[in-house]
Amino acid sequence: MKKVLLTCCAALLLSLGNSYAKTLRLAYQGDLKSLDPYSVSETFALSMAGASYEGLVRRGENFAMEPALAESWEIIDPKHWRFHLRKGVTFHNGAPFTADDVLFSAERVRADGSDLKYRIPKEAEFIKIDDHTVDVMLPEANPILHYQWAGWYIMSKSWAEEHDAATPSPANADTPSYAALHENGTGPFMVESHQPGVKTVWKPFAAWWDKPKHNLDEVVLTTVSSDPTRVAALLSGQVDWIAPVPEQDIERINASGNAQVLQSPDLRTMYLGFDQVSDTLKYANVEGKNPFKDARVRRAVYQAIDIDGIIAKILRGAATPAALMIAPQLVNQTEEFKRFPYDPEMSKKLLAKAGYPDGFQVQLDCSNDRYPNDERVCQAVVGMLGRVGIKTTLNAQPKAKYFAKILSSGGYDTSFFMLGWSPAVLDSVDLFTNVLGCRDDKGNGGTMNVGGYCNPKIEELREQIRVETDKEKRDALIRQAWQISMVEDVAYAPLYQGGLAWGVAKNVHVKQRADGDIVFQTATID
Amino acid sequence: MLAFIVRRMIQAAIVLLTVALIAFVMFRFVGDPVNQIVGIETTAADRAEMRETLGLNDPVIIQFGRFVGRMARFDFGMSYQFRQPVSELFAERLPATLELAVISMVLAVGVGIPMGVFSALYRDSLSAKLMQVLSLVGISLPTFLIGILLIYVFSVQLGWLPSYGRGETVTIGGWSTGLLTGSGLLALIMPSVTLGLFQMTLIMRLVRAEMMEVLRTDYIKFAHARGLPDRVVHFGHALKNTLVPVITVVGLELGSVIAFAIITETVFQWPGMGLLFLQAVQNADIPIMAGYLMLIGVLFVIINLAVDLLYAAVDPRIKTTASAG
Amino acid sequence: MTPDTPSQNTTKAGFMARLRDHDMTASFLSSKVTVGAAIVTVLLMAGALLAPLLVASDPFDPTTVFIMDSHLPPFWIDGADPRFVLGTDDQGRDLLAAILYGLRVSLSISILGVLFATILGVGLGLVAGYVGGTVDAFIMRVADVQLTFPVILVALLIDGMVHGALKGVGQEDTAFGVLVFSITLSFWVKYARVVRGSTLVERNKDYVHAARLVGLPSFIIMLRHVLPNVLGPVLVILTINFGLAIIAEATLSFLGVGLPPTEPSLGTLIRIGQQFLFSGEWWIVLFPGLTLAALVLAVNLLGDWLRDALNPKLR
Repeated sequence: MKKVLLTCCAALLLSLGNSYAKTLRLAYQGDLKSLDPYSVSETFALSMAGASYEGLVRRGENFAMEPALAESWEIIDPKHWRFHLRKGVTFHNGAPFTADDVLFSAERVRADGSDLKYRIPKEAEFIKIDDHTVDVMLPEANPILHYQWAGWYIMSKSWAEEHDAATPSPANADTPSYAALHENGTGPFMVESHQPGVKTVWKPFAAWWDKPKHNLDEVVLTTVSSDPTRVAALLSGQVDWIAPVPEQDIERINASGNAQVLQSPDLRTMYLGFDQVSDTLKYANVEGKNPFKDARVRRAVYQAIDIDGIIAKILRGAATPAALMIAPQLVNQTEEFKRFPYDPEMSKKLLAKAGYPDGFQVQLDCSNDRYPNDERVCQAVVGMLGRVGIKTTLNAQPKAKYFAKILSSGGYDTSFFMLGWSPAVLDSVDLFTNVLGCRDDKGNGGTMNVGGYCNPKIEELREQIRVETDKEKRDALIRQAWQISMVEDVAYAPLYQGGLAWGVAKNVHVKQRADGDIVFQTATID
Repeated sequence: MLAFIVRRMIQAAIVLLTVALIAFVMFRFVGDPVNQIVGIETTAADRAEMRETLGLNDPVIIQFGRFVGRMARFDFGMSYQFRQPVSELFAERLPATLELAVISMVLAVGVGIPMGVFSALYRDSLSAKLMQVLSLVGISLPTFLIGILLIYVFSVQLGWLPSYGRGETVTIGGWSTGLLTGSGLLALIMPSVTLGLFQMTLIMRLVRAEMMEVLRTDYIKFAHARGLPDRVVHFGHALKNTLVPVITVVGLELGSVIAFAIITETVFQWPGMGLLFLQAVQNADIPIMAGYLMLIGVLFVIINLAVDLLYAAVDPRIKTTASAG
Repeated sequence: MTPDTPSQNTTKAGFMARLRDHDMTASFLSSKVTVGAAIVTVLLMAGALLAPLLVASDPFDPTTVFIMDSHLPPFWIDGADPRFVLGTDDQGRDLLAAILYGLRVSLSISILGVLFATILGVGLGLVAGYVGGTVDAFIMRVADVQLTFPVILVALLIDGMVHGALKGVGQEDTAFGVLVFSITLSFWVKYARVVRGSTLVERNKDYVHAARLVGLPSFIIMLRHVLPNVLGPVLVILTINFGLAIIAEATLSFLGVGLPPTEPSLGTLIRIGQQFLFSGEWWIVLFPGLTLAALVLAVNLLGDWLRDALNPKLR
């Protein structure tokens, strides 16, 4: 009994103590499944790992690349880069940061079980020059190599080896992964406790090499997946920061007086895709035919969609119509690309010309818990297509089932689908590789090219873009590739650029970046 | 009696093996675990390799054998999502669910039985009728709607109670409890009311109905005729006779409370087993799903055994040998 | 056979008489609540049945739904459109039409599910209690296993199995069957336990032993004696189960295993609507919620009355 009382008092004291400290309480829709920075290539997981871990480079406030663990770098020749590492940096466990850690991390990120293998070319060689200099030898020139490295975090060699975590996937499926549950980075915050899927607590790392931009004593992340509950938690002051805010609740939060919604355009483009490979379209009523192989049919779908209506009513204006498969701010002179206008009559004419005057039937695959309001958007699309004669049934599923069906592991088992993509590299070449590049049945090539669109001209242009170092020429090539794929071929029907919406308490100041990363290491509390 | 218990134990083992088979066979078909472990950018070759590593390509019978062997050792495998042993996840989450379920059940029994007795004894009084109406309203609203309404009123409008989570918890010997902190107790109010409301109305209705039947029996009439005080007749004789069905229901409902906690835990984001399970279903996390079903299976078997024994003890008309064959 | 025949007649006559009995009618009419509940039930059922005649638009036909009509309030609020009396939902569907059609779906699922469960449960309970031995043990062990999987788990499991087996089939095609099957599979156990318990008690009574001694098919006799005895509990369970089935359907839709938003049941409408509770569009959740609560409440009230009226011990 005495013990219980003592614990009780201790807990009370603790909670009293906490009320004086500056604690940022963050509630997010999904789980933080693993602390291992290489286990999942997903925006949220990487941004959380970014509080504890750092890369050689990082993205600054204005999204520009700036030095982090590398003080500087030079391009000796296009295939040979040299990085000068920062001196005097230590990991959270006190071990010094050296070139060995960079070499180790370069191996680990390309090892079995890593989801970030694509960040470093398989053939790239890392050479230790001295303790604080590393050379990188590339198989081919890549002027934007370091763009992908802001999300490639450096881990400690000695720590990982000591805890049997030298690869992201444990030796076998039966042993726990130490690095998934513990953290040892060089960044501004240390994980104090981590209960997967429930709660994660960070404390500032006192010996951080850089000057902190936050004034926090503690950060607590909890998972609140139910939309109304998350909004209620913010409105009742139980948390300080929620992400995402359902579009319909933006007004309510802004009107509440104790919290506000931060909004900005997101880099993710939502789009409709079409099976352009099958000879007979599956889940449809067209024997021996595949209407989606005809660009006129794809355009008919495109022009049947009242995107302004969807944005106004379902997304409450928190999105912008998309004309390309990539956010306009990532392509120069995007203004020359315009959406095909909403025109149901035109759609009907196009369908008639393509040989489907009475339309046809097809099934639309859609997720219902992946993107904000995804199922509602699909439902609206179904209605709009119905009015031009394409009788669509909706198959909306949770993301686990949805991805298992439509992606390579499910054999691209879909005729018509809605997806969203935000390029990891923030460049069109990402799209031309993953989403518009030719692929085979097994998904080699353009893994995310679910519909199987394939145009040799795009392949050719992509290879030119990859090695072109002259910015203007490169931009021209990119625009040419977009012109072919999106205007001439109508490879996809782009829908909209999503919007980021976070709910933040009035006394909390955070910065919203276009990549959607939740960066609490620059947050302050009044 | 001993033979009866032994026989029931053997039956329980068979039941659990069946549950294991069902859990395993069924969940072999849900979703694709590989897609959950990797991001969508991972190549097909990597995915195939991962299937091999996880043993998903082995013959189903081998996978089942592996499964049962582990279950017997309380080793439910590694969660695909968290890369952490499922048993550890359960150990973390079980206290939250058990606390919620037990408090809800205490609430349901503690309030339900007196209300049932009262409304049976004074069935024509205004308050009894009011209780009857309230119980019907409680039974007529879906749990999740009650939860949402409670959050809307008490968290958003009034700001009295937290809308989600367990509040501050204290860990005593590996058991994390919210019962010892103010915020923990506050956080427990809405979820336990939401979860317990249905069972409360069920128990109240049951007690009322049983009481009303018992009160009409000759046995009670004789008791009254013998001049025993009302209190003794009502609580000593009548209530005792209504307990058989109540015990059954309470026993069985404790199990469904734990299962139905899935909804309550989802609405209030209560970090318990139910939430873990629902997330596992959505993410095709087979080890968690299978482990959860096994755990629920064990729980139900134990409860059933206890109910059978109590049943036999309370109602001597049922011979244990008869029910066991 | 001779001693039995008249008794059968009296039982039958007694039951029919009780139904026609003016006592019964009187007890019905004397309770205003019961009359009200009956009216509500009849109205809702009629509304569901006659939905295509009552409302102009078919909410299940997406081509008649326009996104620009969405989120319109009910008629007494500024900004309402006279075409939509109770307003519209997030897709622009007429809420009244959606509720009536949703009611149809919810009622069909619940009635079918509970009906199958009752038949299955009563049958298995009688067999288990009467035959006893291995059969009893087997049925009750199956019941134990069944209880391991409450309706939500069953539906999640079956839903997963169906979609695992029939890849690419949409929720629209399977949800109805999955829900009816899950409800049947989950709800039979309570009937079986009650009926078995009653049968066990009856089986040891003298008249059954006597019947057996005379060489009568005692199972028939028992059935005749057990069924009237368990009619009360079975009716109560049936009532509770009917309400429960409607709620279970709503809950499963809330968890995403139920009917899809393209063919909404009441539960789906509530799931959709609850997401607009904070944004001031309360009607999307309120009207379907009220309809659901009214339906279950009315059914439960009727069941309560039926229970009191039909139970011979209470007369």
